[in-house]
Order: sequence, then C-alpha cells, then structure tokens
Amino acid sequence: MTARQRLWFFAIAAAGLVACLLWAFTGLPGFGNYPGPYGQEILRQAVAQTHATGVVSAINFEYRGFDTVGEEFILFTAAAGMSVVLRRLRKERQTEPVDEAKTRTIPATSSAVRIAALLLVGPTAVLGWWLASHAQTSPSGGFQGGVILASAFILIYLAGEFLTFRRLSPVALLDAVEAAGAGGFVAIGLAAIAMNLPFLDNYLPLGQYPGAISSSGTIALISFFVGIEVAAAFTAIIGELLEQTLLRSA
Amino acid sequence: MGIVPFLVVAWIIVAGLYGIVTSRDLIHTIVCLIVVQSSTYVLLLGVGYVTGGAAPYFWDIPVGTRAVDPVVQALALTDVVVEAAVTALLLAFAVQAQKRFGTLDPSQLAEFKG
Repeated sequence: MTARQRLWFFAIAAAGLVACLLWAFTGLPGFGNYPGPYGQEILRQAVAQTHATGVVSAINFEYRGFDTVGEEFILFTAAAGMSVVLRRLRKERQTEPVDEAKTRTIPATSSAVRIAALLLVGPTAVLGWWLASHAQTSPSGGFQGGVILASAFILIYLAGEFLTFRRLSPVALLDAVEAAGAGGFVAIGLAAIAMNLPFLDNYLPLGQYPGAISSSGTIALISFFVGIEVAAAFTAIIGELLEQTLLRSA
Repeated sequence: MGIVPFLVVAWIIVAGLYGIVTSRDLIHTIVCLIVVQSSTYVLLLGVGYVTGGAAPYFWDIPVGTRAVDPVVQALALTDVVVEAAVTALLLAFAVQAQKRFGTLDPSQLAEFKG
C-alpha cells in the first residue's frame, strides 16, 4: 500500500469514527450536567467517613482501593516486563562508557545546566516526598509524588552524572524498594482480613479532625507505599533505557 | 459550549491516529499513541464536570460545596498510570527493534518479517 492509498483509507475510516463519536457524544448528558449519583454521594460522605479532605485520594486508596492494588501492579509489571524485554541478549556485552570516537569533540555540559539540575535535585525530592505523604489533605498522592521523586534521580543524570545516577540507584536496591512498596500496599489490605475486616478496610485511627497530617488512617499509609513503589519503578524504567546505551553487540 | 469539550476529544483522537498512520519512526508512533490516549483524560474530566463545581478537595472549602465528580478524576489517575506503563513497554520494544533491524521506520520494518 502506498502512503497516498493509506491516507485515503485513513480519511474514510476517520470520517466514520468521528461520525460515531459525535453520535455518541450527543447522547451524553451534556457538559456540566453530570448525572452520576455515586460521585455526589461520595462527596457528601467521604470527609466524615475517612477524615481525608482530598476526596480523590479517598476514592483511590479507600473506596476503590482494590482497583488501585491492580493499578499499582500494572506499573510493577511494566517495570518487570521492561527488564525482561531489555535483558542482555546473547552476543551482547556491557561496556564501560568509554569514548569510542576520540577525535570527535563533544561540547561539555554547560555549567548552567549542571548547576540548575543539581540545585533542583533537593527541592524536587522534597516536593515528591511532600506529595506522597499528603494524599489525605491536598491534590496529591503516591502516584504523583512517586513520579516527581523519580525525576529527582533523573535530574542527576541530566546534570551529566550518569555514573552517579547508576551508583545512587542500583538495580538491587530499586527492586527491593519496588517490592516493599507493592507488598506494603497488599500487606495493609491483608492485615484487615487478619482482624476479621474486609480486605483494605480502614482500621487505623482516623485522626482528630479531617485534613490533619495524621488523619485518614490507612489512606495516608497506602499513599506512602504507593509513592515509594512508583518512584522505584520509574527510576528502574529510566535506568533500564539508559543502560541500553552501554550495550554493544559483539 | 455544551459540546465543545467533546469536540476537542474527537479532534485529539483523530489527530493522534493521523500521526500513527503517517508515522515514519516508531518513537513518533509511540508519542502519537500518547496523544490518542490523552483524549480520554479530556473525555473523563469533561464528563464529570459539574457547572460551577469546585475541585473535590475540602481543605479550604466547607464540606457540601458544589464540586465536580471525584470518581472520574480517580479514573483519570488510573488512566495516566496505564499510559505510563504502556509507553515504557513500547519504548523497550522500540529499542529492541532498532537493535535487531537497525531501523525504526515501520515501512522498512515490515520487510523484515519472519
């Protein structure tokens, strides 16, 4: 099929798709008129029930907690799948990063980039921790915090310090942290069963008033475990991709 | 105004699909798939919007204030996580395709069947 034929084929299919989409959209209740009773009911109940002022976190780690276990394991599986797909193949060997084209002149990473990246490492890590540990109060949580925490490590790489990045995030440690994060979430859920409660039931004290850092019981704890799992998974994924530059086929 | 957010959804889907169909590079294909998927965020948040609603966070507003639907927002979060996982795996496959066939052009990759 030539490129032109393919484009015509796509144009016809896309026109059909758009027609179907528009037809479907006309059946929706219309922008701003969401009719679902479930969300509104949660809005009424959540703060009193969970002492979490962040209702989205309350849904993720409490009402839909079981779904979020699956969601977390999607990421866990992706990181594992990535190391399987990118494993060292036969005939591949790992080389230390040596300059193989010595005549080539590479402009050094500018001091401005290095300093900016290294200066951002600390604040980024703090922001990530803050987000991962404040799921109960504000628009934050383990997933968002974890990703930002991982980007603190990637900033080290951006500063031109690949070897430091590798030293700070060794595979064995990342795997252990990832496993602890994913396992911690499930362990919190199983502990409820051990107490004759439903899986992932919120059995910790809810704190004195909604919005306190110590409020919301298991929601905050689960968010913390999700945070370290996500941070480790993303650092491992980026690390896997960066490692590829060190593989040579013999 | 009522239908505009949904028109945006349709536009993002088709723009992303156009990118996938005409793509000459697997990395570009993956980015286009991300574009297609981002239409679902707009759709979810558009569906759950309540006119005049605040964000569903009752830290500085009293409980009972009119707020947008929090369930679809939680779903959007799941959506983002799935997208990140899919992207990571696809990028790994792109690395392997480059290694094995020495090219990332889908039209040339088709010739390497078997």
